[in-house]
Amino acid sequence: MIKQTEGSQAVAEAVALCRPEVICAYPISPQTHIVEGLGALVKAGDLAPCEFLNVESEFAAMSVAIGSSAAGARTYTATASQGLLFMVEAVYNASGLGLPIVMTVANRAIGAPINIWNDHSDSMSQRDCGWIQLFAESNQEALDLHIQAFKLAEEMSMPVMVCMDGFILTHAYEQVDMPDQAQVDAFLPPYEPRQVLDPAEPVSIGAMVGPEAFMEVRYLAHAKQTMALDRIPEIAAEFKEAFGRDAGGLVRGYRIEDAETIVVALGSVVGTLEETIDTMRAEGVKIGVLSIRCFRPFPMAAVRAALARTARVVVLEKSFAVGLGGIVSTDVRLAMVRIHVRGYTVVAGLGGRPITQDSLLRVLRLAVADELKNLTFLDLDWDIVNRHLAREAATRRSGPIAENLLRDIGSGARPTTAGKAQP
Amino acid sequence: MTQPIKFYQTGTFTVGNRLLPEGQRSVQSSEARDNSLNSGHRACQGCGEALGARYVVDAAMRATDGQLIAANATGCLEVFSTPYPETSWQLPWLHSLFGNAAAVGSGIAAALKVKALKAGQGQATTRVIAQGGDGGTTDIGFGCLSGMFERNDDVLYICYDNEGYMNTGVQRSSATPPAARTATTQPLGPEPGAEFGKGKNVPLIAVAHEIPYVATATVADLHDLEAKVEKAMRLHGARYLHVFVPCPLGWGAASCDTIRLARLARETGLFPVFEAENGEITSVTKIRRPVPVDEYLRLQKRFAHLFGAGGHPETIARIQAMADKNIKRFGLLAEESAA
Repeated sequence: MIKQTEGSQAVAEAVALCRPEVICAYPISPQTHIVEGLGALVKAGDLAPCEFLNVESEFAAMSVAIGSSAAGARTYTATASQGLLFMVEAVYNASGLGLPIVMTVANRAIGAPINIWNDHSDSMSQRDCGWIQLFAESNQEALDLHIQAFKLAEEMSMPVMVCMDGFILTHAYEQVDMPDQAQVDAFLPPYEPRQVLDPAEPVSIGAMVGPEAFMEVRYLAHAKQTMALDRIPEIAAEFKEAFGRDAGGLVRGYRIEDAETIVVALGSVVGTLEETIDTMRAEGVKIGVLSIRCFRPFPMAAVRAALARTARVVVLEKSFAVGLGGIVSTDVRLAMVRIHVRGYTVVAGLGGRPITQDSLLRVLRLAVADELKNLTFLDLDWDIVNRHLAREAATRRSGPIAENLLRDIGSGARPTTAGKAQP
Repeated sequence: MTQPIKFYQTGTFTVGNRLLPEGQRSVQSSEARDNSLNSGHRACQGCGEALGARYVVDAAMRATDGQLIAANATGCLEVFSTPYPETSWQLPWLHSLFGNAAAVGSGIAAALKVKALKAGQGQATTRVIAQGGDGGTTDIGFGCLSGMFERNDDVLYICYDNEGYMNTGVQRSSATPPAARTATTQPLGPEPGAEFGKGKNVPLIAVAHEIPYVATATVADLHDLEAKVEKAMRLHGARYLHVFVPCPLGWGAASCDTIRLARLARETGLFPVFEAENGEITSVTKIRRPVPVDEYLRLQKRFAHLFGAGGHPETIARIQAMADKNIKRFGLLAEESAA
């Protein structure tokens, strides 16, 4: 059914169509509308029997999810940003135990400084945690990916993170095509756990494992993710067959066939990039965009195949490894080993900084002319950065960085030096 | 049999199962006991936690007719029972992390509730316990524990309290008593050992959550322990059982003194044994033969710095004052021994 709805509500309805049995959540912006939507559906009895637990922290949310999944229930939770970091120990535990929990990450920056707006720092911090990570380009894809995620998680007995851009997708009202219950039931079979806490057949789960088997257990997690590389495109194809829509898979190229420059990106910024690329194509520039839809397992072969015949690659990412540069770029470069292409990293949109077509056109034109620096920060205000560096050079007690910058740009933040406070 | 049996009638404090009618005998005296925590595990000789867990889980198994699932925090109990590929657990058992056993228990209970409803049952027949040591309960797992309490999730949480982080090498927890030596509260300086005025009373904090059932127990009175587990399993909602389990290794005590120390902790008043329902204390186990705290302290090397030349009699007096406060607060003195 075609409807106009908020991204979070669309995800809530899609998760509900997957017949979850236990949902637990702790509120954090911008994830809140998703779990509010699900809470309302559970309270109304629309999902009965389904348990909705309001827990006291994200650490508890993931821990409840671990218990319920191990007891054989289809389990869902959602988080973002600080919340994802607060549950990290349990996030690793869920994948280590092989529990097929599905979790939405409404991507948001990580503090300090505290910031509620979108970037990919939260999900990227968990790229090595053993979860499958899928990235949605649009609300329709976010909705569709959740339906695929339960199937994938339960088949592989691995947890899946569906990453959607906070606010940009979660709070945007867009048209979506919402499947009906019969369609989802036909696509997603009931959950049959590989391991379950059952008094009729008691098992110990979570035993202490020493050096004699730990490497093998970890390797098997890797082997499973490698298997998922095959299964993810198959599930996307099955989804297309059943629902008539393209969603998910490993990567998606846009105008890359003859492209001399390919921009690699994840999530909703791909839409902005496609329009930018259309503009540049109209100017005769052979440029395209490659959307990485599955970041873990990293689709090394698919990325390599897509980039094999291009001259230059620009990785545009909403994440940043302090002291190194790009995070996605590092993985993309690994896929490009022994392919002779010029590579650029553009860090963009951190903490919700808008990524405009004008700015993209500017950096991409520089890239096409090979005049772009290897590591570029899109629309970085060098003046306030340099003024702060000068302050630090001049004064030992230069004060808190973020507050100094806010004062510098005249946002009305109070000065931190005593005696100089202004109303 | 018309006369009630008193377990201390032999004068040895031992539990004389053979004197009891069948129904009152300990679960452990039955050949049909579940052995939920089976022999062959790697606990130290005289481990109070292994003894406590064995009685608790078997009693819970009997109370639920074997329809029981356990969540376990990281700690001695988890480590000594499950070095891969062996396990001592004869029931479905899940170890996730150090600080989340209560929340994992909540998740299991939620799943069981949904499964029961799907099977057309009103209430889940399979029940849930979650268990951990004092560190996993009163410190790192405290948030999850309080959350499980306030949601009144259908979980019995058992804390095996040996008053410190024994698995990591005997460090202080918020259950470590004042003056006790641990690796992080050394017997040095003017106030040796753990400081006074710190730590928290989690059984009373549990009572403050007004959950259906809170009880304390020791491994010195295993019948009482079993009875409390059975009572807890007859109830639904969040329940908390705090079991005092001496640790020979961490306390520097003889392995043969585990039961004796547990009994002395109760008889000095240092560890009040009580029950509470819905926020009200409903029963206390009276002290039969009051003993001064130094009888209890002397048996443990963690308090050795308090005795002998250069000892700290004033510190012992402060510990005695704590015991006296408990005795008064909980009304622990039996009338027959009050004189």
